[in-house]
Amino acid sequence: MAQMTAAYPARGLRARPSLTERTDLPQRVVFAAAASMIFIVALLLAFIAWQGVQLFVKDGVPVGQILSPTWQPDSTSPDVSFGLLPFIAGTVFVTVVALLISTPVSVGLALFLSEVAPRWARAIVQPALEIFVGIPSVVWGWLGITILVPFLSDTFHGDIALGLPIVGTVATIPGFLTGFSWLAGSLVLSIMIVPTITSVSYDAFRAVPQELRTGSLALGTTRWQTIRHVLIPSALTGVLTAVVLGMTRAAGEALAVQMVIGNSPSMPAAITQPVTTLTSQITLDMGNTVFGEPWQDALWTMSLVLLLMSITSVVLVRLINKRRMGA
Amino acid sequence: MLNGTRRIGALAIAAALIVGACSSAAATPTAAPVTAAPATPTAMAMDSATPAASASVAAPAAAPTLSCVGGTVIASGSTALQPLIDAAAKQYVKDCPSAGANITVNGGGSGTGLSQVAAGSVQIGDSDVTAASKLSAADAAKLVDHVVARQGWIVVTDKDVTVTSLTTQQNIDIWTGKITNWKAVGGPDESIVLIFRPASSGTRSTFKKLVLGGATEATGGQTLTEDSNGAVTTAVTKTKGAVSVIGFAYYNDPANKPLLNGLQLDGVDATVANMAGGQYKLAADGHMYTNGQPTGLTQAFLDYMLGTEVQGTLIPSLSYAPVVK
Repeated sequence: MAQMTAAYPARGLRARPSLTERTDLPQRVVFAAAASMIFIVALLLAFIAWQGVQLFVKDGVPVGQILSPTWQPDSTSPDVSFGLLPFIAGTVFVTVVALLISTPVSVGLALFLSEVAPRWARAIVQPALEIFVGIPSVVWGWLGITILVPFLSDTFHGDIALGLPIVGTVATIPGFLTGFSWLAGSLVLSIMIVPTITSVSYDAFRAVPQELRTGSLALGTTRWQTIRHVLIPSALTGVLTAVVLGMTRAAGEALAVQMVIGNSPSMPAAITQPVTTLTSQITLDMGNTVFGEPWQDALWTMSLVLLLMSITSVVLVRLINKRRMGA
Repeated sequence: MLNGTRRIGALAIAAALIVGACSSAAATPTAAPVTAAPATPTAMAMDSATPAASASVAAPAAAPTLSCVGGTVIASGSTALQPLIDAAAKQYVKDCPSAGANITVNGGGSGTGLSQVAAGSVQIGDSDVTAASKLSAADAAKLVDHVVARQGWIVVTDKDVTVTSLTTQQNIDIWTGKITNWKAVGGPDESIVLIFRPASSGTRSTFKKLVLGGATEATGGQTLTEDSNGAVTTAVTKTKGAVSVIGFAYYNDPANKPLLNGLQLDGVDATVANMAGGQYKLAADGHMYTNGQPTGLTQAFLDYMLGTEVQGTLIPSLSYAPVVK
């Protein structure tokens, strides 16, 4: 290896490429592949950024207007407004509730697989999870619209009173007028991101050195104490990475969510009410708008917002991992 | 990404085929006497067909217009028109077995069809609305309009709602959120759930113009938005008190009809005959746009759309109304 690298400075003196230089070819191919990937990503970012700012540059919409809650993109209407807040809020709210439901289940499942499960149980659960990943999102959406949506509207049609013992009723939220709702979207998403969070957290738990487990057990702790005081703290950054990855997956999902959330372009009012998301609105409107009109420019701005959200989560994962490496 | 590349490849092949296609308009003798049935002599008031005058390929009267030309044509756009154009394309290819014609009909929405035909990436752009209402004046001026059918829409509710007819005013009150319970229009004590198509859709803008008189629709908790005629139908059947608007072709589909309650508009039945006669007002022209005057297979197919083969038999069977008598 040292000889090969030492040969480089002499390259310019030779007329014919040396053997060492010719073996360099595969390296160049691989390098070209990597470079083209970076080039494509850069091009994509530049294109979406360029299209995304057209709403402000070409159509003269003030940047602050996208934070307005009013979405009235029809240029023939007297009160045109490109408020993207309902979509951003919808995406964030639906994703957060999905994570709240999914994270405990997935981390528990990962702990079961890595610490508790006998070999035969692992042999069943792991392929099952892989099948889970392979189920197309349209199938989840379809199950949601066929089973979940009618169930929610039939079971919780009236107002729902949230109560505590002794205190009594704390708050009343309107029931599901229709099953198409924020909660339905979150439930469908929470199932879809279970495999992502589970498999990444499982790897994090497996990466904890065996000595830590045996050392902890040698001190006379129970298995639960080992999990709580040794495993979870040492695998925490890995688990957080898993949650962020699940979040990215959830925020970017369009089809399954669109089928069950009702797509009402107004601010989310309650978890029982219809909402809308960035991805859903883009797919609803893209076929019916024409290239270059402000309405479609607003859809590109939504794409840009989504892209910024996913870049933020990538940076977040990087920061978390840096901390893990540093610790 | 893969899809996009593939499409570009397909277009390149299509372009090559069109250049290479010999445009010998040799009508195959077997195909000539197809379905020479006269146009249905129902209430076909000519006023319903006047928009056809704006079509530049003037088929003076319904006559068999089959002329077999080879080549490749791609049409894209309106999903409301797609069932008709797709069926016509299949029938054309079947009637011209040896011509080597290849007609692809894609959906995507009226906006997509208009953008793509203006950009030259497809030969025909299908639309529920006029090009002038969507495209810039410069782009719209390049396109040639061919009106091929009248299409109608019907207000539908789920089966629980016992209302059978709504007036225009009642529709305005319902869709703007002034009335929120079916009780107010003689139905059961049930909240009204409005199921919209996206604001950009041709169905929605046509309904807004013809029935709501441009009034701003309600938003908020009692409104849903669904992407397509199919998704709307599913949502209506799954939601108590739901009301929406779908195309005749989808309403009259035997799989959908038993699940829906179709309403009269101002006491007029939503039928093809009433639409053709002009009594039923929730109807509009179906447009097929070309970029400049059509040639070759595009021309032959558009002529075919206006001949008896399509206007006389196919159009009534799919719940559209003919534009040529």
